[in-house]
Amino acid sequence: MRGDGALERLGREGRIVVVGASLAGLRAAEALRDEGFAGSLTVIGDEPHEPYDRPPLSKQVLLGRASAGRTALPRLRAVDATWRLGVAASGLDMAAGLVRLADGDEVPYDRLLIATGVRARPWPQEAEAELDGVFVLRTSDDSAALARRLDAGPERVLVIGAGFTGSEIASACRERGLPVTVAERGAAPLVGALGGVVGAVAADMQREGGVDLRCGVMVTALEGDASGRVRAARLSDGSTVETDVVVVSLGATRNTEWLAGSGLGAGPRGIACDAGCRAFDIRGIVTDDIYAAGDVARCPHPLFGYQFLALEHWGNAVAQARIAAHNMLSESAERVPHMEVPSFWSAQFGVNIKSVGVPSMATEILITQGSLESRRFVGVYGYQGRVIGAVSFDHGRWLPFYQELIETTAPFPPPFATVDRRPGGQRPVDADFPDPSVPTHGPTVTLSGYSPADRRTTFTPAH
Amino acid sequence: MTQSLLHQILDYANRADPYPLYEELRRTPVHHEGGDGPYVISTYYEIRSLLHDPRISSDARNLASQAGDPLPEAPQGEGALPPGFLKLDPPEHDRLRRMTNRPFGPPHSPRRVDGMRPELHDIVTGLIDGIGDPGRIDLVEQFSYPFPVTVICRLLGVPREDEARFHVWADTLAASLDPDPDADSAERGKGAHDARMQLGMYLAGLIEERRKNPGDDMLSQLATAEGEDGPMTTMELLSTAALLLIAGHETTVNLITNGMLTLLRHPDVLERLRTEPRLAAPLVEELLRFEPPVQLVPQRTTLADIEVRGVTIPKGAALWLVLASGNRDPKRFTDPDRFDPDRPDIQHLGLGSGIHSCFGAPLARLETQLALSELARRLENPRLLQDPPPYRQNAVLRGPRELQIACDGIRP
Repeated sequence: MRGDGALERLGREGRIVVVGASLAGLRAAEALRDEGFAGSLTVIGDEPHEPYDRPPLSKQVLLGRASAGRTALPRLRAVDATWRLGVAASGLDMAAGLVRLADGDEVPYDRLLIATGVRARPWPQEAEAELDGVFVLRTSDDSAALARRLDAGPERVLVIGAGFTGSEIASACRERGLPVTVAERGAAPLVGALGGVVGAVAADMQREGGVDLRCGVMVTALEGDASGRVRAARLSDGSTVETDVVVVSLGATRNTEWLAGSGLGAGPRGIACDAGCRAFDIRGIVTDDIYAAGDVARCPHPLFGYQFLALEHWGNAVAQARIAAHNMLSESAERVPHMEVPSFWSAQFGVNIKSVGVPSMATEILITQGSLESRRFVGVYGYQGRVIGAVSFDHGRWLPFYQELIETTAPFPPPFATVDRRPGGQRPVDADFPDPSVPTHGPTVTLSGYSPADRRTTFTPAH
Repeated sequence: MTQSLLHQILDYANRADPYPLYEELRRTPVHHEGGDGPYVISTYYEIRSLLHDPRISSDARNLASQAGDPLPEAPQGEGALPPGFLKLDPPEHDRLRRMTNRPFGPPHSPRRVDGMRPELHDIVTGLIDGIGDPGRIDLVEQFSYPFPVTVICRLLGVPREDEARFHVWADTLAASLDPDPDADSAERGKGAHDARMQLGMYLAGLIEERRKNPGDDMLSQLATAEGEDGPMTTMELLSTAALLLIAGHETTVNLITNGMLTLLRHPDVLERLRTEPRLAAPLVEELLRFEPPVQLVPQRTTLADIEVRGVTIPKGAALWLVLASGNRDPKRFTDPDRFDPDRPDIQHLGLGSGIHSCFGAPLARLETQLALSELARRLENPRLLQDPPPYRQNAVLRGPRELQIACDGIRP
């Protein structure tokens, strides 16, 4: 052990605070104890619930096969922490080393882990969002409320947005026999994550599954009746959908507002951190006592051009939690980087979808096994002559092989023969992603001052 | 004359303890003795990676030379059964496996295996009750063989009293899986071919009967199924039924026998199992790592030139994946030669991996957990009468031919 023994003291009697009591927060707390941390541990969470698992919330819970209150995450070990549940963190004082809570309390820390995740992006028109029958789906309470409403047998469900969550909700509704309309701004479901070629397969799945799928349209307004219940939605193509349940699935917003003005490098795209999960401050200097993990963290990934990737993936949250816990108790030479290849899965319309790598970076796709028509295939994504991602529909057992191709920057298109290579899969085609040159975020930081001593960075939120 | 390493592994003299030879094999992760001989892969990460590699085929028709095939198929004569899905590639493999899975597991039959628990328990209890003289028990004859055979017969809907008939065919077919370098391959090929044909005819009669009077057994369900994939052809049905009957026959026997042998060599673990029934699940996983009943997968070939650890394996080469060696790879498992049912993170290769991973795994696991728990609970002070026991000839499906044990009595 190097230095003045500060690290040993931290491990023995230090104070570690974890903000965020979901998957990443819980696994980090467990990992800290696994690493031998014997000091005081506080876990802060804005929801009153014990840490719970989210994947079932858009699947089994909506099908009535599981109860939203019963998806508590299994505890891998005792963590002996002080749990501050039901109270949100409201501010951070980096100089004083303390977290402020919404109830006025202050919790001092020697090391801080931020795992506040994301929340569902609400319907932008506040009055319409307040209508009875308008839902989002992110938390266990959201899922319980939506499941109750689906149990009551609505006339029609409108899902706004056909990303993974929206598509899973539509699938669950169809499985329950409910009429569903899906409105998607893009050309096809899942198009942002997987591109138009695979999106077309997802569109077929939805239509064959009985979904009234409308692509290339936006919902312009939600209309309620006199009693404040949602009754209809108006679409940009001039049509109207009569509906009594609307689920808004427009993606997520990162929970970083509480950090505004703290000086931490946090904004709408997450908390910038290094590959070891150490957060940057807004000047681009890495902190040594503040870490981030899970959906809220944005890390540079060496395999993907050192792009700062923020991933809303289950496995990513678990991996980053462990790495952050290890690194905050380690000397610099013992720290480990987060270099997992991103992966995620989804189940919808009876199909198991898995993906590895970063398909959305790609320009081309090649179907290497199976066929799009049969909806059982592996598609490999290419970017500048190398393999950058892969997706499988009901072919998940092959994905470890494709992950190896991504890890070893194998050439694209892959030149070899495979089992189940069909004539249609001999040539790569345009993967058909939305134009990346259209910006989705404005500037978030501005500089001021002239002399080096005056030079300041200021956080400027985009609207 | 010194034998080649491959010869030594296949040599019956080394059957009781092949593990030192595997250790030697792992020094050359891609072992090739030249000519048409197989490329032998023995290290954990390389095996696992090849099991997920779509450039690897399970279809013997893709071999460049049949000389390198340890298991040459007899010429496809009149009435020969086509290969079961174990020896097919996608999409045919996927379709048949998917259809076979419908009556067996999730999503369509999620409770099939677990629902058999009471029945399995009764069979185990009956067999232990019938042991007789506790001073001299052949565990294979009296327990580990009859148990899974009874189970697979009930599951498929094959009359148990026909066991004597298909036992001979199953034995011949299992023996044909053994890449014995000294055996006459033409002779063996013919024997296997005949056995397959007779088994096929026997099953055809049975399936005909089930079509007329369907029960809730798997043969009836497979014969009458009308899923999204349509019905199986009669030939597909026959080869699938033959595969299930033989695979459900010849592997669990070894797993249970290897398990009891291992427990008798580790009396502390046996005693723990007696008092801690929850140990059964992790113990069986460790067993699948430590003494897997399928030691190696010899029927794979390459569809392209592929590079493994700096060695280029040419297209069409025969590939052997030595699962049992990968399971003892110190790069993956700490202290791999130690039997440790408390081992964390035990992702063994005992049931394979990828699309051909053991179809019957849920049933084999449950059978072995129940079998070993009940043996541990009921046999009083059990001990081995012979160690090592005599093994079967087979190097692929490795297990004792008999296991003579004694105990002081049978607990109620």
